Amino acid sequence: MAQYTLHINGATRTVDVDPATPMLWVLRDHLNLVGTKFGCGIAQCGACTIHINGVAVRSCQLPISAVGSSKVLTIEGLSEHGDHPVQLAWIKQDVPQCGYCQSGQIMTATAFLQQNPNPTDQEIESAMAGNICRCGTYLRIKKAVKDAAENL
Amino acid sequence: MSKQKVDQGRRFFIKSSLLAGGGMMLAFPWLESCNFSPEQVKAMPKEWFEINGYLKIGENGLITIMSPNPEIGQNVKTSMPMLIAEELNCDWSDVIVEQAPLNSNKFFHQMAGGSTSISAAWTPLRKAGATACQMLITAAAAALEVPAEELNAELGFVHHQASGRKLGFGEVASAAALLEVPEEVTLKPINEFKIIGTSRKNVDSKKIVTGASLFGIDYKEEGMLYAGVIHPPAFGLKIKSFDASRALALPGIEAVFQFENYREGQAKGAFDISAHQTQIAVVGRSTWEVFQAKKLVEVTYEEAEEVINKMSFFGGRTLETRWPAGLENTADHKKAMNQAEAKAKVVRQDGNPDAQFNAADQVLERTYYAPYLAHNTLEPLNFFAEVTDESARFVGPIQLPEILEPALADRFGLPLDKVEIMMTRIGGGFGRKLYGHFMLEAGVISKTVGKPVKLVYTREDDMTAGAYRPSYQVTYRAAIKSNKATAIHVIAGGIPESPLAADRFPAGAFDHYKAESWTIDSNITTGAFRAPRSNFMASAEQSFLDELAEQIGKDPIAYRLELLERAASSPVGARNDYDAERYAGVLKLVKEKSGWDTPKPGVHRGVAAYFCHRSYVANVVDVVMENGRPVVDKVYAAIDCGVVINPDAAANLAEGGSVDGIGHALYSQLTFSQGKPDQDNFDAYRLIRHNEAPRDVEVHFVPSDIDPTGMGEPPFPPVMGALANALYKAEGRRLYKQPFTGPQV
Repeated sequence: MAQYTLHINGATRTVDVDPATPMLWVLRDHLNLVGTKFGCGIAQCGACTIHINGVAVRSCQLPISAVGSSKVLTIEGLSEHGDHPVQLAWIKQDVPQCGYCQSGQIMTATAFLQQNPNPTDQEIESAMAGNICRCGTYLRIKKAVKDAAENL
Repeated sequence: MSKQKVDQGRRFFIKSSLLAGGGMMLAFPWLESCNFSPEQVKAMPKEWFEINGYLKIGENGLITIMSPNPEIGQNVKTSMPMLIAEELNCDWSDVIVEQAPLNSNKFFHQMAGGSTSISAAWTPLRKAGATACQMLITAAAAALEVPAEELNAELGFVHHQASGRKLGFGEVASAAALLEVPEEVTLKPINEFKIIGTSRKNVDSKKIVTGASLFGIDYKEEGMLYAGVIHPPAFGLKIKSFDASRALALPGIEAVFQFENYREGQAKGAFDISAHQTQIAVVGRSTWEVFQAKKLVEVTYEEAEEVINKMSFFGGRTLETRWPAGLENTADHKKAMNQAEAKAKVVRQDGNPDAQFNAADQVLERTYYAPYLAHNTLEPLNFFAEVTDESARFVGPIQLPEILEPALADRFGLPLDKVEIMMTRIGGGFGRKLYGHFMLEAGVISKTVGKPVKLVYTREDDMTAGAYRPSYQVTYRAAIKSNKATAIHVIAGGIPESPLAADRFPAGAFDHYKAESWTIDSNITTGAFRAPRSNFMASAEQSFLDELAEQIGKDPIAYRLELLERAASSPVGARNDYDAERYAGVLKLVKEKSGWDTPKPGVHRGVAAYFCHRSYVANVVDVVMENGRPVVDKVYAAIDCGVVINPDAAANLAEGGSVDGIGHALYSQLTFSQGKPDQDNFDAYRLIRHNEAPRDVEVHFVPSDIDPTGMGEPPFPPVMGALANALYKAEGRRLYKQPFTGPQV
C-alpha cells in the first residue's frame, strides 16, 4: 500500500492503495467515480477511457503509480452541468441504447476533437475504432461527433 | 373510442394514502442522488400524492412515473412511461421517470425478454394513465363545482371551457389521491395521440453522458465487500481441490471458499441455467484486490460426470436435458452435426415432398452453419446482495426479476415477501441477463461472509461461463421442375437445441413441404440470444431463397412476393405462424425506399425479410467494393411492428440491430478445444467496431394502427441474410458458414 495524491477533475484527492492498482479501480472503488466503466480489463473495449493531460488513455491499463502529478479528467469532470458540447451532441442525437459504453465513447471523442476539430467521417471512424458499442450505436456516435465539432 | 374495464388492472392500482409511494423512493436514494439539473431542483415539489402504483403528482404539477420493466437498452424506461403519460394528458416535460423495484402486487410482467414489454403493457399502462386522469378530473369537478363531463384534461391542466377556468394537476392531486379508482375508463383512439408516436429523448440521457451511478456495477453500499468467482476453465471439468493460502495472504482478501450456487436438489425453472454448479468465491475489500487474488488460488480440476438436468417451465412441463461427460471440441461438433441430419425427425409435412424430389429436374441443396456466440454484454455480470437468515436483498442487472424471485426464495429458505429485488439500468442484456445464477452466487457469498457483497465477473469469467447462442446447422433443399420450385425440404438442428420454426415461411407457400429437426446433447450451456433461433434461420433461409430465385431466373423480391401472395391467398396448412400480407408489406416498403428497381452502378444489393417476435422486418443491404474489399455502404430497414411508440428510439434499435447483425455474421464466434472456450476476451473474440459498421442505416416503419408488437429483437436476424446476398453480388461467392469472414469450406 502507498499514498497517492491525484489531481482529478480539478480537485486533489488522496488514496492509499497498492501501487499496481489500475486507475479504473481507483476511480470506481476508492473515489466513487463510477462513470468510468469496466468492460474488458485489457484495453480492448475503451469503456474505461479517461484523459491524462488531455490525452485519451485506457484507465484499466494505467497503474496509479504511473500517474504522478498528471491531470486526470473523467466523465464526471468533463463539465459542471453536463453541458459540454460533446455531451449535448450525444443527447441531441439520442445516442445511447443501454448506455454503458457511452462515457468511454465521449471521452475518446472529446480528446480526438481537441486534436482534430474538423474531422472527416473516415477520421471519426478510425479515431473511435477502439471503443466497442455492443448495442451498435456507431452511426449516432458518428453524427454526434460531427455535431459536436460544429459547436466546439 | 374503446371503453376499457379496469378490473383486471385493479390489482396494479393499489391506491395508498398520501406519500406512501415515497417510501419506495427513499429505499433507493442512490438512484436519484445526483444529476437533477438546476431547473429540476427548483421544480421539485414539497409533497407527492400517489394517484396509483404507477404515478404520483407533486403539488406543483411535477409527475413521477414508475417504469416497471428492466431497461436493457430497448428504451422501455422512456417508452413505457410514454404510454401512461399519453392517457394522463400531462406535459411530458413535467415527467420524472423512476425505475420501479420488483413488486408483483403493484406491477406485472416486470421482465425484459421476448420483445414483450410494450405489447404486454400497451393496454394496462394506458389504463393506468387514463384512470389517473379521470381521478384528477373528478377532483377538479368538485373543486370547480361543475359536472365532470364539462371538463377536459390537457398538458397537465384540467380545463372548464365554459367558464375559462383551469386547475393544474398539482392543485387537484391531493384530492384526487383520496378518490376511488374508477371502474371503467375510455382510452383514446390512435388519431388523438399526442405523445405516443412522437419521438422523445431517452430519459436517462443526462445521467449516461455525465457518468452518474446508474448501472448495477455502479451500485455500492456502506460496509459492503467485493467478490469474484472462480469457475472451471472448461465445460466438462469440475473442481477437485484448491489451495487458497497465497490468495489469503494478500492484504485486502477476507475469505476464499467453495460453494454451490443452487442448493442440492433445488427445483429449477427454465432460466436456472448455470455453466458450473460448484465454484470458488474470493471475497475482499476492492474489486482489483479480488481479481488479483483469484489468480493466486491454486485449483485442481477433474472431469465431471454426466448430468441429467431437469427444468420446469413455469410450473408446467418438465424439460429434461442430458449434459454428457467429456471435453468437447468444435471440430468434433461439426462432424457430429453432419451425421445428426440423418437422424432428424419430421416435424411438419404438407403434400408429398418425396415424390416431388423424385420427379425433379434438379435439386438445389445447401447447408448453412453458425457457431456458438457469447453475449458479451459490455457490463460484465455482477450483482449486489445482502442475505441473512431473515431476508434477502438484491440490486443489479437482471432481465427476469419476477422469475428469479422464487429461485432466490427457495435457495435461501425464505418466503417470497422476504426477497427484495431492485433493478438497475442494465449495460446490455441480449438474453444473457435472463439467467440469474449470478444473483444466487452473490447471495450465497453474502450469506456466507455475513456482509453485503458486490459480485463482479471479469470479462474472462463472463465469456467462458456463458449461456451461449447455440451452434446451429440447417440444410435446405428445393425440388425444381420446369424451372419452378415444387417442394421445400428443411432439416435443421443444433447443439443442444434445434432452431427450426416449422410453421414459419416458406411453410404455407408450397404445396409440398417437409421440415425435420435434430439435436445433439452437449455440456456447454446455452440460452436465449437476441432473437433466439431466428438469429440463424433468417440468414440461412433468406440466403437459400435468394439462390433459389436466381436458379429459376427470378428477381429476389419478386419471387418472395410471389410466394407470399400464394401464402396469403391459399395458404398450405393451418398452423402457419405469420401474416403473409404484413410480410409482403415490409418487402414492398423496402423495395420502394431502396429504389430496388433502379440499379446503382457499383452498388451490389442483397435483400432479406423475416418474421419473428410478432413483427416483420425487411432489409436491403448495399455493398460497394473499395480497394478490392467489400464495404457495407448502406442498410435499408422496413419494419412493421404495429403502432410505434417512440419513433426515433425505435429507429435507433433498428440501426443498432443492423450493426449487430452485420457484426455477428461477419466476425463473431466462440470455439472450443477440450471443453475450453478458445476466446476469452475482446482481443480474440471479435465484435464489430466503428470503422466496420455500415456507413448509413435508413429505417422506415409501416404506418399501422395494429397493437404494438416486438421491436428489440426483430431488426437483428434478417440483415445477416441481406448481407450474405449482397456480398454474393459483390464477390460472386455464396456464403454458407458464419462468421462470413472465416473459411467457407
